[in-house]
Amino acid sequence: MKSCVLMAHVPDTASVIKIAGSGNRIDDADIKWIISPFDEYALEEAIRLKEAKGGTVTVVTYGPERAQQGLRECLARGADGAVHVKGGEGTFGDSLAIANVLAAAVRKVGPFDIFFTGVMGVGSDSALVGAMVAELLDVPHVAGVVKLEIGEGTIMAHREIEGGAEVVEARLPCLITAQKGLNDPRYPSLKGIMASKKVAIQAFAVADLGLDESAMAGADATCRWKALTLPPAKSGGVLLKGEDDPGGAARELARLLREQAKAI
Amino acid sequence: MACILVFVEQRNGNTRKASLEALSEAKRLATAAGWSVCAVIAGHGIAAKAAELGAWGAGRVYIADEERFARYSSEGYAAVVRTATEKCAPAAVFMAATALGRDLSGRVAARLGWGCLADVTRLALDGGTLTATRPVYSGKAFAMLDGSGKPTVVTLRPNVFAAETVGGAAEIEALQAVPGEIRAVVKEILAKEGAELDVAEADVIVTGGRGIKGPENFALIRDLAKLLGAAVGASRAVVDAGWIEHSHQVGQTGKVVSPSLYIACGVSGAIQHLAGMSSSKIIVAINKDAEAPIFKVADYGIVGDLFQIVPALIEEVRKLKAEA
Ligand SMILES: Cc1cc2nc3c(=O)[nH]c(=O)nc-3n(C[C@H](O)[C@H](O)[C@H](O)COP(=O)(O)OP(=O)(O)OC[C@H]3O[C@@H](n4cnc5c(N)ncnc54)[C@H](O)[C@@H]3O)c2cc1C
Ligand SMILES: Nc1ncnc2c1ncn2[C@@H]1O[C@H](COP(=O)(O)O)[C@@H](O)[C@H]1O
Repeated sequence: MKSCVLMAHVPDTASVIKIAGSGNRIDDADIKWIISPFDEYALEEAIRLKEAKGGTVTVVTYGPERAQQGLRECLARGADGAVHVKGGEGTFGDSLAIANVLAAAVRKVGPFDIFFTGVMGVGSDSALVGAMVAELLDVPHVAGVVKLEIGEGTIMAHREIEGGAEVVEARLPCLITAQKGLNDPRYPSLKGIMASKKVAIQAFAVADLGLDESAMAGADATCRWKALTLPPAKSGGVLLKGEDDPGGAARELARLLREQAKAI
Repeated sequence: MACILVFVEQRNGNTRKASLEALSEAKRLATAAGWSVCAVIAGHGIAAKAAELGAWGAGRVYIADEERFARYSSEGYAAVVRTATEKCAPAAVFMAATALGRDLSGRVAARLGWGCLADVTRLALDGGTLTATRPVYSGKAFAMLDGSGKPTVVTLRPNVFAAETVGGAAEIEALQAVPGEIRAVVKEILAKEGAELDVAEADVIVTGGRGIKGPENFALIRDLAKLLGAAVGASRAVVDAGWIEHSHQVGQTGKVVSPSLYIACGVSGAIQHLAGMSSSKIIVAINKDAEAPIFKVADYGIVGDLFQIVPALIEEVRKLKAEA
């Protein structure tokens, strides 16, 4: 089985977000960049599939120079190949543009039997790119997968829905978006880190894929982030002391919730 | 006249509340702008449901009522939505950002070659331009975005927009959608026991963190939740410890929620947890550590032992309910 993992390189979840001077991007200055957490589940599942059934794992990312760090880490965890499509500043926040670039990259370096993405990328929080890539490649997809079994030419996937799970059968090739619970991602081993250094990352410009990035960022854009703001800081919260008189504090809280907040 | 097309989701023949919220918001925007609202619904044996949508603001309802649409498939439903867009040429397709809507929206958008404004919490329609606001970076920031002057798909976060009937009647039109071969098929739906309320849909959430000490003490959290008609939430720490299933997890790698009341018990308020719940309308924190970061976002807090506070709070809420 040839697997392809789409990996987004994103700000660490512990990052404090500041707004850049442009007003519609975050300030990158003090950000540590990581493999998007859900993409770790995607990668782990692909590596387990290779370990169980043989084959290869290729990781593809679309992003600036620093995204190579993320690819190196994927290689260290057990991926065999890495593809870097350089760019992404202008198409930031435009899921369809990103999906178009990724689909073109996959067509160039494929074919693959199965594709994995995270259910949602940290930052964009859109949960769109997976299904969009699947549609552009004309393959079925299953989103939010927490359990996966691979059969002969088909897969059986459990996906989380409100109040339960759907069991979906899909034909290969197919795209899976990974949800937490699918597996426990491994850390890179020392051996993996050493071996990963010898792997050459395949790099492309967007133009190499037959696409015009400046048009995608301009006239052809389908979504623009106009402005970014920070949530207003909360102030004036009421803090009750409940150590000595828990009953009294609870009574006061219930009263405030009813009379002031009108929440119960 | 420009039009907003709303995809209305039904499950087991019941229209989802979140879809009625999306329909109501479409109606509010359209009325102010002089636009019209159409709805599209897919399923089997749902004619009565389609007819009801007029009361919620749809002037016309496209219905794909066939055996093969009885269960959701992204390929089948994407064909239905696309066929409806060919009928009414909408400026936007709205759907609820439920598990289904989040699965379907990307496929529909890519099929139409449109962008998608995902999981939005506020919408404005000015001079024909639709602008959306949505939390990004897990609620650490808000982005204002638009569809770059083109038609766009929009998914609306459940529980944020008001659902209100306007009392009207819709014209119903049967839709012949040809989905082609459906390659991903739902074989079975595994309902969770007791069919607990999902945090993503709940208006009130009571969350337990590591401070509850053990899985058995979720009983206490459940008692308070039950009394308030709330869903049970959890921090990642207790999910990773196996005390409760991941579907309850709130936060960056769980669900992002914005209920009208969020009660956090024994949750420290790590940045990844706050990311998932800080946009809740009223936040209550119960924690024995006065320095816990959760108090920074709380509207009301009690510093104390949750094993004393929560039972006392249950008593007090019971009393208030009895008086009312
Ligand atoms: C990539 C990544 C993603 C993450 N995603 C999420 C996420 O989605 N959701 C999430 O929640 N976390 C997430 N985390 C984890 C997060 O960093 C914290 O570890 C986690 O939220 C802590 O859970 P907690 O508050 O239950 O536990 P703790 O931090 O251990 O806090 C327990 C609290 O209980 C209080 N307490 C103890 N006993 C009592 C008592 N008797 N009465 C009252 N209070 C008491 C303590 O004072 C303490 O504040 C993520 C982390 C990473 C690295
Ligand atoms: N720039 C990118 N490069 C590679 N994969 C991406 C990129 N952006 C998004 N993805 C993939 O799509 C998933 C969903 O992202 P999003 O739609 O932005 O929430 C991510 O978890 C990644 O697997």
